[in-house]
Amino acid sequence: MVDNAPKLSVRNLSVRYGDKQALNGISLDVFPNEIFGIIGPANSGKTSFLRALNRMEEFDPNMTVEGDILFEGQDITAIRNVYALRRKVGVVFPLPVGLPMSIYENVAFAPKLGGIKKKAELDEIVERCLIRAALWDEVKDRLNALGSLLSGGQQQRLTIARALSQNPELLLLDEFSIAVDPVTTMRIEDVLKELKEEITIVLVTNLVQQARRLADRTAFFLESELVETAETEELFSGVVKDQRTRDYVEGRFG
Amino acid sequence: MPADVQGDRLSSSIATELNTRGWDWYVDRVVSIGVFAGGVSAIIFIIGIFVFVTREGLDFALGSLDLKEFFTSINWRPTSERNPTYGILALMTGTASVTGLAMLVSVPFSLGAAIYIAEFASGRTRESLKVLVELLAAIPSVVWGFIGMSIMNPLIIEMFDVPVGLSVLNAGVILGLMAAPIMTTIAEDALKAVPDSYREAAEAMGATRWQVIFRVVLPAAKNGLMAAILLGVGRGFGETMAVLMASGHAINIPTSPFDSVRAITATIAAELGDTARGSDHYGVLFTLGIFLFVITFIINLIADVVVKGVGRQK
Repeated sequence: MVDNAPKLSVRNLSVRYGDKQALNGISLDVFPNEIFGIIGPANSGKTSFLRALNRMEEFDPNMTVEGDILFEGQDITAIRNVYALRRKVGVVFPLPVGLPMSIYENVAFAPKLGGIKKKAELDEIVERCLIRAALWDEVKDRLNALGSLLSGGQQQRLTIARALSQNPELLLLDEFSIAVDPVTTMRIEDVLKELKEEITIVLVTNLVQQARRLADRTAFFLESELVETAETEELFSGVVKDQRTRDYVEGRFG
Repeated sequence: MPADVQGDRLSSSIATELNTRGWDWYVDRVVSIGVFAGGVSAIIFIIGIFVFVTREGLDFALGSLDLKEFFTSINWRPTSERNPTYGILALMTGTASVTGLAMLVSVPFSLGAAIYIAEFASGRTRESLKVLVELLAAIPSVVWGFIGMSIMNPLIIEMFDVPVGLSVLNAGVILGLMAAPIMTTIAEDALKAVPDSYREAAEAMGATRWQVIFRVVLPAAKNGLMAAILLGVGRGFGETMAVLMASGHAINIPTSPFDSVRAITATIAAELGDTARGSDHYGVLFTLGIFLFVITFIINLIADVVVKGVGRQK
């Protein structure tokens, strides 16, 4: 299945916060229409990796990024329009962030920024994204209610709908199920499996079994380093190069 | 020793411990009584001030004062021997025009400063700006009045070629600059209270700094910003010394910013010392006090309703 050019190509990526090394020389490729899982214990650099992909270092004067990140062949550290990049790359954070506006406005926010003004067009985008995020049926009668009134699981699906509203090429999910109940988690996982027909997904998770259920290939991060990348099934069936990977997926340390 | 006897002794020692009040308990009681007294005393003081001001003014206000004349006449001649008149229309327009102009000056300045400090400045710049703004807030009002008289006055005369520089313009600008620091501080607190996760979420979707501030941060902080502005309005209404010195203190309904006016507060401050206790003049000044009290109360009430009304949606 991985026969075309990589969607995302990372070479020798290092991330530091002040003196603290968060990622050290990571290289990996993510191919179109796959779900790429990243597993690893806390503080292994998973979130820093996602932050670098969206040029989030610009929020944080402490954060420095070195190395090459090629998105569709373009080095994103050298592009001129970081806002356009962020519109192509959707992010879902670990804790749902419903912006302090209505459900409708939450989803219509990015399209409006992109210059779409027609009500009918926005209506269509909002409905489509909420349906894809498996939230439409629950909120279609109260689109004008505040997004922050929704339950945690609903808010997380709202943030997914919001991330989809900008038609991203790449969707980054950072431990999306932390604040979500198991039933909702399963529903979102089903949504992700459908979405990968159209877009590429990078899924950071600390639930090893979630990576196993969803990811086509999985990378194991440990102590700021990439230990190895492999087809998910191989990783879990014990065909691993590194003993540490086996220990981690079998729950023997962490 | 049999086991049950040992158990008895153990449970009796626990019982003693559970029934003995330690030192902490007494400290806790004393502190809570002290805090209660502090809280209640604030309420007692406010009620006391209200009762006193009302007692001094209300007899006159309900008795010999012609309320229609009070609110609609521009003639404020409390010291006239033959025919004293007590019309505060000119004083009200004086206070309103100065406060209005002060808001025009202070709202853009303070919101701009607050947005810069909260959203753009970082590290050293931010800290030193905050200290500086707080320092500005501590300048006594008589100093502002002095600036109005000795710097703004000749400046206005020269710039606009007008005979007098003590006017609505002078007092409004002085009052605006005076109110801006405290408004900045409160507005900045309101902006800082907006969680960073909102900013990150919006920026992650490709919003520019400007779009984040206008579409996410300002709407999220609007309660606090409203409070800051209303605090400034209250400051404008209540400020006395700077307005007295910079406004020209002339009874007048202003038709241009270069007209001198007189404010309600300044009138009380300037005249109360010369009145005999219990006289009509004394009574009418206290009536002005009641009037100011009522206005401030209404402003606070509006602020409360606005803040709660907005809060309910959340």
